[in-house]
Amino acid sequence: MRQVNRIAAKSKHINRSRILSFTFNGKEYQGYEGDTVASALLANGVNVVGRSFKYSRPRGIITADSQEPNAIFQVGSTQATTIPNPRATQTELYQGLVATSTNGWPNVDFDLMSTVGKVGGSMMPPGFYYKTFMYPQSLWMSYEHLIRKGAGLGTSPTQADPDSYDKIHHHCDVMIVGAGPAGLAAALAAADTGARVIISDEQNEFGGHLLCSTQQIDGQLPNLWVEKIVEKLSNMDNVLLLPRSTVFGYYDHNLLGINERCTDHLGEHKSKTIRQRMHKVRAKQVILATGAHERPLVYGNNDVPGCMLANAVSTYINRYEVVPGNELVLMTTNDNAYKTAIDWHQAGRQVIAIVDTRATSNGELVKQAKQLDIDIIFGHGVINVKGSKRVKGVDIAPINVNNHCLTGSAKHFSCDTVASSGGWSPVIHLSSHTGSRPVWKDDIAGFVPGETVQAQHICGGLEGVYSLSKVINDGFSTGAKAAQAADKGEGRYEGSQPHIVDPQEDASMALFHIPHSKRTSRAPKQFVDYQNDVTAAGIELANREGFESIEHVKRYTALGFGTDQGKLGNINGMAITAKSLGKTIPETGTTIFRPMYTPTTFGALAGSDVKHLFDPVRFSAMHKWHLDNSAEFEDVGQWKRPWYFPQAGETMQQSLERECLATRNSVGILDASTLGKIDIQGKDAREFLNRVYTNPWSKLAVGKCRYGVMCKEDGMVFDDGVTACLDENRFIMTTTTGGAAGVLQWLELWHQTEWPELEVYFSTVTDHWSTMTISGPNSRKVLEKICDIDVSNDNFKYMDWIEANVAGVKARIFRISFTGELSFEINVQANYGMHTWQAVMAAGKEFNITPYGTETMHILRAEKGFIIVGQDTDGSVTPQDLDMDWVVGKKKEFSFIGKRSWTRYDNKRDDRKQMVGLKPKDPKFVLPEGAQIVFEPNQSIPMTMVGHVTSSYYSACMGYSFALAVVKGGINRKGQSVFLPLSDGTTVEAEICSPVFYDPKGDRQNV
Amino acid sequence: MSNSINMESPLHHAQLDSLVGQSSAGGGVLLHESKYLGHLNLRGNAQDVDFLSGIKKVFGIDLPTAPCTSATGELAQIIWLAPDEWLVMVGSGSEYDVELKLRAQLKGHFAVSDISGAQTILELSGSHVIELMKKSSGYDFHLESFPIGKVVGTTFAKAGAHILRLEENKFQLVIRRSFSDYIWLWIQHGCKECGLTIV
Amino acid sequence: MLLIKCPYCEEQREEEEFSPAGQAHIVRPLNPEELSDEQWARYLFFRKNPRGLHHELWLHAHGCRKYFNMTRNTVTYQIMETYKMGQQPSVTASQEVK
Repeated sequence: MRQVNRIAAKSKHINRSRILSFTFNGKEYQGYEGDTVASALLANGVNVVGRSFKYSRPRGIITADSQEPNAIFQVGSTQATTIPNPRATQTELYQGLVATSTNGWPNVDFDLMSTVGKVGGSMMPPGFYYKTFMYPQSLWMSYEHLIRKGAGLGTSPTQADPDSYDKIHHHCDVMIVGAGPAGLAAALAAADTGARVIISDEQNEFGGHLLCSTQQIDGQLPNLWVEKIVEKLSNMDNVLLLPRSTVFGYYDHNLLGINERCTDHLGEHKSKTIRQRMHKVRAKQVILATGAHERPLVYGNNDVPGCMLANAVSTYINRYEVVPGNELVLMTTNDNAYKTAIDWHQAGRQVIAIVDTRATSNGELVKQAKQLDIDIIFGHGVINVKGSKRVKGVDIAPINVNNHCLTGSAKHFSCDTVASSGGWSPVIHLSSHTGSRPVWKDDIAGFVPGETVQAQHICGGLEGVYSLSKVINDGFSTGAKAAQAADKGEGRYEGSQPHIVDPQEDASMALFHIPHSKRTSRAPKQFVDYQNDVTAAGIELANREGFESIEHVKRYTALGFGTDQGKLGNINGMAITAKSLGKTIPETGTTIFRPMYTPTTFGALAGSDVKHLFDPVRFSAMHKWHLDNSAEFEDVGQWKRPWYFPQAGETMQQSLERECLATRNSVGILDASTLGKIDIQGKDAREFLNRVYTNPWSKLAVGKCRYGVMCKEDGMVFDDGVTACLDENRFIMTTTTGGAAGVLQWLELWHQTEWPELEVYFSTVTDHWSTMTISGPNSRKVLEKICDIDVSNDNFKYMDWIEANVAGVKARIFRISFTGELSFEINVQANYGMHTWQAVMAAGKEFNITPYGTETMHILRAEKGFIIVGQDTDGSVTPQDLDMDWVVGKKKEFSFIGKRSWTRYDNKRDDRKQMVGLKPKDPKFVLPEGAQIVFEPNQSIPMTMVGHVTSSYYSACMGYSFALAVVKGGINRKGQSVFLPLSDGTTVEAEICSPVFYDPKGDRQNV
Repeated sequence: MSNSINMESPLHHAQLDSLVGQSSAGGGVLLHESKYLGHLNLRGNAQDVDFLSGIKKVFGIDLPTAPCTSATGELAQIIWLAPDEWLVMVGSGSEYDVELKLRAQLKGHFAVSDISGAQTILELSGSHVIELMKKSSGYDFHLESFPIGKVVGTTFAKAGAHILRLEENKFQLVIRRSFSDYIWLWIQHGCKECGLTIV
Repeated sequence: MLLIKCPYCEEQREEEEFSPAGQAHIVRPLNPEELSDEQWARYLFFRKNPRGLHHELWLHAHGCRKYFNMTRNTVTYQIMETYKMGQQPSVTASQEVK
C-alpha cells in the first residue's frame, strides 16, 4: 500500500520513523505515528468511508475534527474491545488498529442497501418515520429495529469490557476549556497570578488552530510559540494540563465533566493502566476558549467524497502532511479560506479555481492567491458536483444571493476535490449546557454564548474574535480577569505579548445555501446534515408543512439528531428555515446543545463504580462464618445477609424446612446484626418516643422492652421494631434493616425542625453491635452454658433485657421474639461478634443448633402473623388496616405523628385493604407473592381486584401452605373464600383466616 | 474461656497483618489500620460552659467547637462532627472507663455512646495519597482548603467518612465497620496505577 | 450537581453529601385534632412548585447530619442563601420583583 497523498515532511506532528499498520474494512494500510485514522486513510487515497443513513450514498471524510458526520467507525479487533461510532478524525492511529465502517453493509464500495436505499430514498421524505412507522404504534419497536440495522449506527460490544476506568475530582481557581491560542494565553495569564489552573483540550496536542496554521508568531511558525507556552505551563506547580481530555459537559455551579483518554492512542486493552478517566472539575471561574468550527456551504451533491471543509483541507496538509486530492476547487464566502488554496498550491498540487460568492475582495490573502496565479472567480458559486465515489467535476454559475437565483449559465470544471467555507460558527455547546441562550451576531454571522448565571468567561473564536493577535490578547486579558475573579492577581497580564501581523481581510458574506438553476426541491440533493441525510429540500418541505420553530423542524427532519449533534449542519439548517419563512435566523429560534459534547463511553461515566464496587456491600462481623458454612446470601439494602444455609444435596425448600423445624423443635441462630440500632439519650427521650411511635412509652420501666410501630404523618406504617429502656433517660431503638438510615433521619427531622426544645440526642450504634438471636425451646439451655447470670424465666422474663457476660464478653441480651419461640437476642461489641457467635455455636452443638437465614426468619414470623414492613406494607397501610389497633395508644396526650390522619375520610372506609391470613384450598400449593385477589372468579376481564398476597410460604411445622394478604374489608370476611387468577391462566381458591397461624396464644415465647 | 477472647477488627479478614511490608507496583500509597481504639460519640451543648469545662477535666484538652476542627491530647483525640457532636478516640480498651468518667463529670443535657465496635481508622499516606483522596472524594484536598488538623465529614467513594489531615501527605479516615471491606476494595482499585503498601 | 454551603459546617460542599427534604418552613399545626380534613390535608399534601425562588429543606447527610434551609432558584439553580433551622430567609420571591 502506498500513501499516495502523503507529502514531504514539514511539521513535527507526524513521526515518519514510526510506521503504523492498520486495517480498514479488512484491507491493510499504513500510516505514521501522529496520524488520525482519517488522515491515514486520506494519505492512502481512500475516498469512500461509509454509506449514508437514509439514501445509502457513498460518503467521504469532510472534516478534521469533532464535527465529522461521515467517518464514524467501529474500532477494535475483538467483541470485548470494539467501540461503536468514534470519529475517525479524532481517533489516533496505533499499530494494529482495526476499523470498519459503521454504515456500509456489507461493504462500502458495493452496498446491498444502496439499491434499496435509493429506491426507498425517494419515498423517504423527512418525517417519514413519524408518518409511516408510528402507526400502528405496537409495531414501532420492530420497525425501529429494522431501521437501526439498515442504518447501522455501530454495534455494541457483546462481551464485557476488559478495561479499567476511574474518576477523579479537582478544584481550581480557573478552568480553561480549549488549548488553542486563546486558551493557552488565558492559562498563562491566570497561572502567573498563582491561581490554581487546569487547562484541557480534546486533541492529543495543545495548540488548537495553531496546529494547522502557518501564520507566524514572533517571526516563527506558530508551533514554536505553542511549545514555549506549554513548557512554561508544565513547569508550574499550580497548573494541571489535560491533553486528550474532552470537556463533555458543563453543569451547575461550574462543574465540568471531562473525559481523558489515557491509553486509547496506545492500542487496545492495557491491563495495568486506566483506559479513560473522568475528571470532575469544580472551578471557581471557567474560561471557555473552545474556538469556532468552520461551516460548510450547502450546494448540489455536496456529499460526494472529495467535498470537504476548507480548513480541514489545510489541517490535513499542514499538520498531517496529507493532500487529500490533486485538483482543488475552493468555494468561499470569505478571505480566510483562501489560505486553503494557498496551502494546496504550495503543497505542489493544482488549484483549479477559487470560487468566491462575493462580488469582489481585495484582502491580503486574495492578493497572495492572485500572485500565485490562482484563478479566482468572483460572484459565483459551485451549484453542483459531479461524481459518485469521488468528485469528478463541478458546475459553477454566477449567483444572485439576494434573490437566491442564478444570473447566468453554468460552466463545468474538472476537479477531484471541493473545499468550501461559509465562515465560522463559534463552539457554543458548553455554554449552552447550563441553560444559557446563545445570541446571534450579524457581524460574524454566528451565535455566541448569551447571558449566563455561571462564573464563566469567554475568549477568542468563541466570542467571534478571529484574528490571531486579537485572539491571543483576548486570551491574556481574560485569563488575568478570571484569576482576579477568583481572588488571584490584579486582573492584568504583565507578561510579554507576542508579535503577530494579521493579514487584512475584507468583509465576508453571510451565505449558507447556494442557489441552483432548479428550485430546491427539484435540484440535486443539497445536504445540510450528512449523518441523518437531511437536505435543504427536506427542511423547506418541513417548513411548508407547517413546522416553523427550529425545534420542531429538528424533530421532524432529524436535523442535528446524529452522534455529531448537528455540529456541522445546525446553523445552515436554521438559515435555510429562516430564509424559507422570510425571517431572520434569531427569529427562527436558537439552537440548544446538551451534554455530551461528543459521545462519551459508558466506561468513563461508570468509572470504577462497577462490579464489586458498583454499590457498597455491607457485611456483619460474622460474615466469614456464613461464607465458611456455605450460606446463600440475600441483598437487604446494601447488606449481604445469609438467606439460607444449604447442606450438601439440599434444595432450597429442603434447607428451609430443616431450618424451620430445628428452630421450632430445638434451637436456631440468626445473624441479626443488620437491624438498625439508635441510642436515644436525654430527659425528653420518653416524650419523643411518645410522639413518633403510635403506642405509649411513658410507663416502660428500665429493663423492659416494647414493640413499637412508626407512622408517617399520613398515618401509614413506615417502620417497626423493639425499643428497650436502658435507663430512665436512655433508650435503644431497633429499626428494620432497610429502614435504619431513614428512621434516624426521621427522628432528627422532627427534633431539628419541630421540637428542638426537647432535650434528646440520637446516635446510630448499628455497626457497634453484633447481634445474634437464638430461638427455640432449647435456646435457654444454650445460653445458660455461656452466660454468667441466671436466665431462667423467673429471673429474665419475656420482653426484659439484661446485661451479662456471654462467652466472657460484655453483652446486652434482649428476651424478645420474632419467631414466636423462646428467644434471646445477644448483642456484643462487634469486634467480639465472631468470638461470641463461635462460642454460641459450640455451646449449641449438643442441641444441634442450626443457623438460619432471612428466609426461614420470614417463614417463622409469618406463621405468627408478624408483619415485615415493606413486604406486608407498602406505604398505604395503617395500623388499623393491619388489625393492629392494639399498638395504638388511646390515652396519649400529644397528638402523635400519624394519628390525625387516621380519621381522614379515606382512612376510615371499612372496605380498605386489610391484612388477613390465607389458606389455599390445596394445602401444598404456595400462592405466588403479589398474586391479585378477586371475590368472584367468573367475572369478565378486567376483573375487580380486591387485594393481593404479600407473603406466602409452605410451613413445614404446620404441614400446609399459607399466606398473608391484604383484602378489601378482609378483617370481617374471615372464613370466606377468595380467588386468585394466576398468570398461567388457572385460578386457585383460598380461605380468609386469622393471620396468626401458629401458637395463637403466644405460649411458646413465654416459657 | 475469657482467657482466649479473640477480637476481630472490621478489616480482620483482609489480613492486613500478613500483608505488612508487601506492596504492589510503586507503593505510592501506604495504608495502616489503627484498630481497636476506643471510640465514643459525644453529644452536648457547645455553649454550655459546664459541659466544656467537664470535657477539659476529663481529657485535659479543649473541646474543638469550631466547625471541622480537631484537638489531640495525651488521653484523647477529639474531632468535630457537628455543632453538638464529637467523636472522641481513646486508648484501646479504655472506652468504658472514659464513658463512666464523662457520665460522672458532665451534668445537664449530654449524651455519650460507645461506638468502638462501629468503626475503624485507616491511615493513608505516601507520595500519591492526594491522588487517591481526589479519586475517592469530591472534597478539595489542597492545603489551602484542607490544612493539617482539619477534619471533614464527607463522602469517600460511595460511603461516608470523617477525614482528618495529619500531615501534608497523611490522612486519617474514620470509617464505618460495615463499609470497611468495600472501602478496602476501593482503595486497592484506586492505587492500581500508583501502587499500595500495607504498613 | 450543586455546590452547597452548609450553614453548620460553614463551607461549600458537593451536592452528593446532601439530601433534599422538600419544602422548608412547613409548620406542624399545634392542634391537629381540631383541624378539618381539608385543613389537615393542606398541611399534609399541599406543596409549592414555584418557577423561581423556592425555600427548601436540605439535610447534610454525609456531613454534620443537620437539616438546614436553602433558597434556590428553580430555573437557574442558583442558590441565593442557606440558613440554619429556626432562621428566616433574607431573600424572598417578593423581593425579587423589581
